[in-house]
Amino acid sequence: MLLGLFIAYPFFEGVKLSLSSARVGDPGHFVGLKNFHKIWNDSIFHTTMWNTFWYTGVTTVFKLALGLWLAILLNRHFRGKALVRAFILLPFIIPTVLSTFAWKWMFDPTFSVINWTLFQLGIITTRINWLGDPDLAMTSIIVINIWRGVPFFAITLLAGLQTISPELHEAAAIDGARPWQRFWHVTWPLLMPVTLVVVLFSVIQTFADFQLVYVMTGGGPANATHLFATYAYQLGIGTGLLAEGAAISLAMFPFLFIIVVVQLLYIRRVETR
Amino acid sequence: MAKTKRRNVLKLAGTAAVASMGGMAGILATGRMPAFAQQRTVHWLKWVDFVPASDALLRREMLPEAEKALGIKINLETVNGNDLQPRVTAGIQSGAGPDLIMAFNNQTYLYANSVVDLTEIAESVAKQEGGMYKYARAVCSDGKMFMGMPWAVIGGMIAYRKSWFEEVGATSFPKTWVEYRDVAKKLKAKGRPIGQTLGHTFGDAPTFTYPYLWSWGGMEVDPAGKVILNSPATIESVKFMQGFWKDGCDEGGLAWDDTNNNRAFLSQTISATLNGASIYIETLRRPEQYKTEKGAPLNTDILHSPLPAGPAGQFGMHLLQSHMLMKYSKNQDPAKEFLKWIHAEKNFEKWFVSQKGFATPCTEKWEGHKVWSDDPVMAPFKVAAKLGQAPGTRRGNVPLRASSVWKTSAGWRSLSSCRRQCCSACSLPIPSSKA
Repeated sequence: MLLGLFIAYPFFEGVKLSLSSARVGDPGHFVGLKNFHKIWNDSIFHTTMWNTFWYTGVTTVFKLALGLWLAILLNRHFRGKALVRAFILLPFIIPTVLSTFAWKWMFDPTFSVINWTLFQLGIITTRINWLGDPDLAMTSIIVINIWRGVPFFAITLLAGLQTISPELHEAAAIDGARPWQRFWHVTWPLLMPVTLVVVLFSVIQTFADFQLVYVMTGGGPANATHLFATYAYQLGIGTGLLAEGAAISLAMFPFLFIIVVVQLLYIRRVETR
Repeated sequence: MAKTKRRNVLKLAGTAAVASMGGMAGILATGRMPAFAQQRTVHWLKWVDFVPASDALLRREMLPEAEKALGIKINLETVNGNDLQPRVTAGIQSGAGPDLIMAFNNQTYLYANSVVDLTEIAESVAKQEGGMYKYARAVCSDGKMFMGMPWAVIGGMIAYRKSWFEEVGATSFPKTWVEYRDVAKKLKAKGRPIGQTLGHTFGDAPTFTYPYLWSWGGMEVDPAGKVILNSPATIESVKFMQGFWKDGCDEGGLAWDDTNNNRAFLSQTISATLNGASIYIETLRRPEQYKTEKGAPLNTDILHSPLPAGPAGQFGMHLLQSHMLMKYSKNQDPAKEFLKWIHAEKNFEKWFVSQKGFATPCTEKWEGHKVWSDDPVMAPFKVAAKLGQAPGTRRGNVPLRASSVWKTSAGWRSLSSCRRQCCSACSLPIPSSKA
């Protein structure tokens, strides 16, 4: 009942909307796949699609690498461990809109504190146009997404690391395994199921990210940082073309569905080994 | 304290019971639901004013007065200008939301099916105040109905540093884009570029790009609603802009919203920017804070000018604000009463004066107001509403039956493809057609 109410109903409403000619204030009529055909021939949609894959791919790789590294560090014993672990979670705890506004100021084209610091250190002589240059703007939002997502990876992987018995490491060490070999042959295989679940969640969240891009760039400059969600919002809400907006939102679905199915199959395979 | 006796309580209860029985009988006899005495409330959603004193005036003084005069409650809610459209869409789709919502420029056409006709109020105000400007009519009326009640025009003029322009030999503001580019090049070489907002935002970006395009002869759609943006004139304008941007502008402007250029100008990192009068008004408000490099008040070194002319002429487009009364509103009558009240001359004048020229009224009578003669620096804004043009219109003409364009599927297709070509960098979705 709950699944039907909160998942199935909105989903089928979205499908219905995407197959109609609905505009704001006008329910429209059935038009079949016309909206999908239209967005498929839309160059901004192509950019959006590429951006979404690039953004998701790059951030996931970095979040996984940095999160794992951080988790391994936090798994060691040192003074103030609990405090450090709590602080590590801050980027994840702070509301995204709030932290993104702080980043927006740091990347501000005119008053960027990053530029100021680099200038004071003599590294740059002119301002870096962080949010006004298409590539730098994409890099900027990727950096922020990584900053926000690493704690989630770190803490979850840390929980996974703590379930691995130290005896396995000790046995491997006695057999002469070096630290890297112990990680690769003991830690990594045992951590794999947790890692896959974390990656799965992260990919879904990142693929459908909205807040960060909306606050930082609004999809600009010149549509260079639009993701599925921001472009769907611009069309559906900004211009009132609800059906097209719904079609763009739904365009995410097949990609996410494939990613999720592949990952779940892989998780099942890992678990049944 | 008086003692409450059991007998008194019983008496009161009995009286109430009789009264209620009689009431019930009355209700049953009429066959109607009882009309409960409800407080009539109008929910008004508008932008956060760039002149904070005006919002303060509304909240502190004007709305309490209106509440007293009309016997209604008014909830004023202010949001960032970029957040108005999502609220409109959410309201229309859910059938609930603010009663009166501020619209920018021709957004009114987007919501034409979902708003109440305000012709009676608009024409009445126009009649009393010497006529309404064509610009306001073009944006708010489709020829059949007023989709929004014109509120004011936020004039967009180039605010520039007089002394800095003089230092590079420009004793008056450049007349053409070519002259402007030459001056901009010299200014940028001195570390004082032109700053132009071209980010995804509602105000300064479209009020720059549309007139710029028109001044080169470019147009969005032809009278039949066909997109003709891809023209030699448009290409020329883009080519020139590339050079102008690189040679003379702060290239961070691609990421600016409507507030960035204000901050950049006030911190003296740019020498000129297309903006409302809010920069100048801010320097007047805090003369101690904003000073030139020589220590003089910054406001003494700011002048305003319209955008330069291109090969096809000189154009201006300004942010026209109107208020839409939503069809879903259950408070349409009190909302109309409120609109009439706030547009009454003596009431509107209070708000207008508090704007200090940042907003230009949509009717001709206000051209003679002393606000414009008090400060000559503000004089160029006086005619913003008079000379401004809606997207797709040409100088001196009224727009082609906008309704016929936008209410047809062809119109929407034009809108859609035009938006993809030219309007993706701004929040102005609907170009209308030329006369």
